[in-house]
Amino acid sequence: MKRRPVNLIFGAALVALVTGAALLSLVWTPHDPVALNVANRFAPASATHWLGTDQLGRDVASMLMAGARTSVAVAFVAVVLGALAGVVLGLTAAALGGLVDDAIMRLADFGFAFPALLFAIMLAAVFGPSLTNAVIAIAFVNVPTFARVARAAAHQVWTRGYVLAARAAGRGRLAITLDHVIPNIAAPVIVQATIEFAIGILAEAALSYLGLGVQPPVPSWGRMLAEAQTLLFLAPHLAIWPGLCIMAAVMGFNLLGDGLRDAADPRLARAR
Amino acid sequence: MAPYLIRRLAGFAATLLAVSAVVFFVMNLLPGDPALVILGIDSTEDARAALRAQLGLDDPPLLRYAAWVRGALGGDFGQSYMFKVPVADLIRERLAMTLTLAVAAMALTVALALAAGVYAAASHGRAGDWAVMAASQVGIAIPAFWLSILLVILFAVVLRWLPPGGFPGWDDPAGAARALILPATALAVVQAAVLARVTRSAVLEVMGQDFVRTATAQGLPRRRILWRHVLPNALVPIVTIVGLQFANLVTGTIVIENVFYLPGLGRLVFQGIANRDLPLVQALVLLFAVAVVTVNLIVDLAYLWIDPRLKGRVG
Repeated sequence: MKRRPVNLIFGAALVALVTGAALLSLVWTPHDPVALNVANRFAPASATHWLGTDQLGRDVASMLMAGARTSVAVAFVAVVLGALAGVVLGLTAAALGGLVDDAIMRLADFGFAFPALLFAIMLAAVFGPSLTNAVIAIAFVNVPTFARVARAAAHQVWTRGYVLAARAAGRGRLAITLDHVIPNIAAPVIVQATIEFAIGILAEAALSYLGLGVQPPVPSWGRMLAEAQTLLFLAPHLAIWPGLCIMAAVMGFNLLGDGLRDAADPRLARAR
Repeated sequence: MAPYLIRRLAGFAATLLAVSAVVFFVMNLLPGDPALVILGIDSTEDARAALRAQLGLDDPPLLRYAAWVRGALGGDFGQSYMFKVPVADLIRERLAMTLTLAVAAMALTVALALAAGVYAAASHGRAGDWAVMAASQVGIAIPAFWLSILLVILFAVVLRWLPPGGFPGWDDPAGAARALILPATALAVVQAAVLARVTRSAVLEVMGQDFVRTATAQGLPRRRILWRHVLPNALVPIVTIVGLQFANLVTGTIVIENVFYLPGLGRLVFQGIANRDLPLVQALVLLFAVAVVTVNLIVDLAYLWIDPRLKGRVG
């Protein structure tokens, strides 16, 4: 029980830090994150360059802030798209039941055969690597997860007495879904969205690291790591910061998700 | 039992068919012309038309899909555009690398996770438990490729004990083993972080049951109770997660091979992407997806073996 607020507070703080840096980078970064200055490469940390500069003289702190923007933006779009499609499918499955339910859930099972990376690989082979393809791939693998969560939660709502009463009073399935089901499944969907956000940030980093995501010169934590890896013997510190950022962001959203789940369902928190 | 098996196998076959259809039709949306990719921009339109006819690219998509599936069932995935050899040969050459890495990583994952999870459960509520849980929260958030880079910095750059990447070939077994230590560890630590949590909670749940109290009352050694009586009864959720993690492992292997420049299927698929080598990428994506689906089937069947009580229920 004592763990609950700790998760929530620590997670929320990390999330605020990362999204704050991302939003701030829209209007201000210490330096231009893509400005090259080869004369000043591999500069050590200083008052002007808080974390030093990289192999092309770019300011590392500014790149990290801009990288936060990329990460958060990709994860946000992918989660929103995946959640919209998944929740609609899940609600439909729960509302109609029978064959439609079976078909949608089969489809969801089947979606699990394609991890995001495989999907991104297919899209990259066909259309060439791009940020759009990475977002589509991450969003696509979110759909079956959200469909399952929404269906399971909606199923419970459909068995409640007040829904039965509404049906007896002649309200249609669509009206019941809109008025009663959606408000009551918001909590589990939001918790899932927080966790998928963490997964999305990890996926974006991995895809960009592999060259299947963000293309140069747009800064990204994954790409910074890919570039730093070629310089490990020369400047190993360049490989530390982007990784720490990914870790902080992922941990933040995971903890926030755990904390929200415990807050939404205290019984679960006690059981764990 | 038998009807369940038949139903499950039929579902498996249907899923494989659907997977192959998705792979084929997504990959063949290609707006470009494969003949142009193979022959280059300097080729004449006549030569390209001849090659398209030879590759059967002018046939209707459904016919081409049927031909591809028929070939794949017989182990024939067509010719690689880039390497100009059968895709099946390329896969055969590199399969050992990927399989070895995956099996080594999975074995290490299970060993690490069981040890950490059982230890955490045994010291429930004390410092050891807390440390394992905190470490696993960090492990879940670390991307495997960054952990790899950190391991390289420590063991290859600073200590110089292990190579930073590359593979000397199977003719040099000691070198091959050394080349696989860091990749397998990086994969395993990240996966074990999740599995250790599941192991801990599964073990904790079983530890509260009557037969464990009986065993304790009989004076059996604690270690023996944990490993011989508690763990086997906690296996179902653990195996479920191991099965789910195999999908991550497929993805993880692709990433890690590229981090360490290991010549396996994961590197091959990226060479294929760089060269728009459709038959190659198509075959590999199919293979990875089939691996995920097959492991899911094996996990479902493993339940029956682990927990014979389920046999009555699934009939």
